[in-house]
Amino acid sequence: MTTMSLAKALNAGLRRAMEDDDKVVIMGEDVGRLGGVFRITDGLQKDFGDDRVIDTPLAESGIVGTAVGLAMRGYRPVVEIQFDGFVYPAYDQIVCQVAKLHYRSRGRVRIPMVIRIPFGGGIGAVEHHSESPEAQFVHTPGLKVVACSNPADAYAMIQQAIHADDPVIFLEPKRLYHAAKADVDEAALSESPAPLWQSRVVRSGSDATLVAYGPTVSTCLDAATVAAEEGRSLEVIDLRTLSPLDLVPVHESVRRTGRLVVVHEAHVTLGLGAEIAARVTEECFHSLEAPVLRVGGFDTPYPPARIEEAFLPDLDRVLDAVDRTFGF
Amino acid sequence: MSDPVFGPAPERAPDPELVQLLTPEGERVHHPGFDVDFTPDELRGFYRDMTLVRRLDVEATALQRHGELGLWAQLLGQEAAQIGAGRALAPQDFVFPTYREHGVAWCRGVDPVRLLSLFRGVDQGSWDPAEHNFALYTIVIGAQTLHATGYAMGVQRDGLVGTGDPDRDMAVVAHFGDGASSQGDVNEAFVFAASYNAPVVFFCQNNQWAISEPFERQSRIPLYRRAHGFGFPGVRVDGNDVLATYAVMKAALQRAREGQGPILIEAYTYRMGAHTTTDDPTRYRLSEDLEHWKLKDPIARLEVYLRRNGMADEAFTADVAAEADALGERMRRECHALPDPSPHDLWDLVHAEKTAELAAQQAEYDAHAASFEEALS
Repeated sequence: MTTMSLAKALNAGLRRAMEDDDKVVIMGEDVGRLGGVFRITDGLQKDFGDDRVIDTPLAESGIVGTAVGLAMRGYRPVVEIQFDGFVYPAYDQIVCQVAKLHYRSRGRVRIPMVIRIPFGGGIGAVEHHSESPEAQFVHTPGLKVVACSNPADAYAMIQQAIHADDPVIFLEPKRLYHAAKADVDEAALSESPAPLWQSRVVRSGSDATLVAYGPTVSTCLDAATVAAEEGRSLEVIDLRTLSPLDLVPVHESVRRTGRLVVVHEAHVTLGLGAEIAARVTEECFHSLEAPVLRVGGFDTPYPPARIEEAFLPDLDRVLDAVDRTFGF
Repeated sequence: MSDPVFGPAPERAPDPELVQLLTPEGERVHHPGFDVDFTPDELRGFYRDMTLVRRLDVEATALQRHGELGLWAQLLGQEAAQIGAGRALAPQDFVFPTYREHGVAWCRGVDPVRLLSLFRGVDQGSWDPAEHNFALYTIVIGAQTLHATGYAMGVQRDGLVGTGDPDRDMAVVAHFGDGASSQGDVNEAFVFAASYNAPVVFFCQNNQWAISEPFERQSRIPLYRRAHGFGFPGVRVDGNDVLATYAVMKAALQRAREGQGPILIEAYTYRMGAHTTTDDPTRYRLSEDLEHWKLKDPIARLEVYLRRNGMADEAFTADVAAEADALGERMRRECHALPDPSPHDLWDLVHAEKTAELAAQQAEYDAHAASFEEALS
């Protein structure tokens, strides 16, 4: 058992994956000598060499496009996109090639690639460094998309994503990289991690259900703690996998609570919350006591850092939404 | 007026000398840098390849006109560039084509009917890239040049460059066209290939037209010269001369296999047909251009050379013509017989590991489809 930050857990998971399979290569801007701008790949180039931890030219389409070629040659590239807002130059390669090659080739070509993206805001950054582009990838058939929210999951999920034979967009809540450390039982997680494609109830409750992923899981847990003091019992579900969506625990929860609030930093319109609201309405129509509500980033570009707290879903906005579900 | 500090912008350069081994008149010439001694069998082989590939193209165009294909991307006029590039490959080399590389596909042993199935809308690429060392056609312009570069980086990591073993060392080929040369991906591929000294040969067929846009819209300088700015050599070869294209490609592939890094070949040719069967080139180019390039026809010049030097007679050309007829007949027959795919399979091909979500959508579709069968029975 080791106590580690989410950043350190990812580093340990990457190290473990590289030890397990010498076809795993890491590519990205500054991932080698510097160890990445967030230090997620710290020390890996020193230990695995620059053939396996590859500092690339500054061109995201180039990074993902060459990673496609490496994957076709039998490698398992783990690509780091330095910031969420920098993924767009690679968007064409991701959508038209990474996502479609298996389909185009009728399964003859596999692209076991992981594209790591630090996502979300709350770090006081300049423009393009705080975005939540997940819906754009969830909307793309052929990709799988996951988001970790805590060190133990980060350690296990990054290894599982690398082992997967399909391309995985791996979203990392950057504001939690160096937040509270947590115990990570590396041995136990290596033996029997939770399946990657399953969401999880992280706090049980009976009055209303909160669904979150990545950075908003801790926001929702905080909200549940405050609500409990006020006598309201909130269940919190960490989605973990965004594509495929595993809504089985959500449906089960909503059938008991009758109330659902989905919380994410991404813009509300056509965000994951919209899809979840639609599916829960189909599956749990007669259990619902109130419409499914969404708390998310506004439909504006991400704001300047001094006012980002107003943009980001916080404890008050989550509790306010919970209150509203009781007003129907 | 020239800028006193930066100097003048380069003039639109005059056309450079092409590497050429066979003139449009069918005269064998020599080049100090690139030359190969061809046996009569090899020369007859080039003639046969180019003739059959032209027939393949004509036949596919006709199939489109008859409604059997949704689309066809013609290679007419580019036979020498593709057969020269394709026949110069070693078996272990790996090729990343555009959607027009039917001649290279031919050299890699991909059955022409497999090309038809893509353009008929039966599939999106039905050959096994690993079986032919020939990737699937890529439709997004230039995207495959990055895949080639990454594949070449993998070859480096596999230790298959510069070992000195001619049966092991590998080169990777990235095909693209003059239009693609403006794409970011192609320029990024140049940067990555140069940075890692990857064993990739960039083979650009400059056929002068990107649909309706002439080459001058893409570049102020001859394309091969761009390579120098990226830090590797470039060469312009007569793309209508199969011997020169073969010789230049052979040398470039060998150089890459030896670990000397990337190279750019600009095969200077002309798209004699339309961009695809949906295009109408009479709207944007002069028929005089076409007449000019007809005189440079890649097959005619080789036939003149073969006949004049007693390497081909009536019987030989008649044999090839008969073989072309048989190929055309087989393509028509087998194209008609291609079965439509089953919608049921859609969901099976998305991922290596099918998700529960997709399985549920598939079951829903199957039930929907079955409801019609029940209604009919």
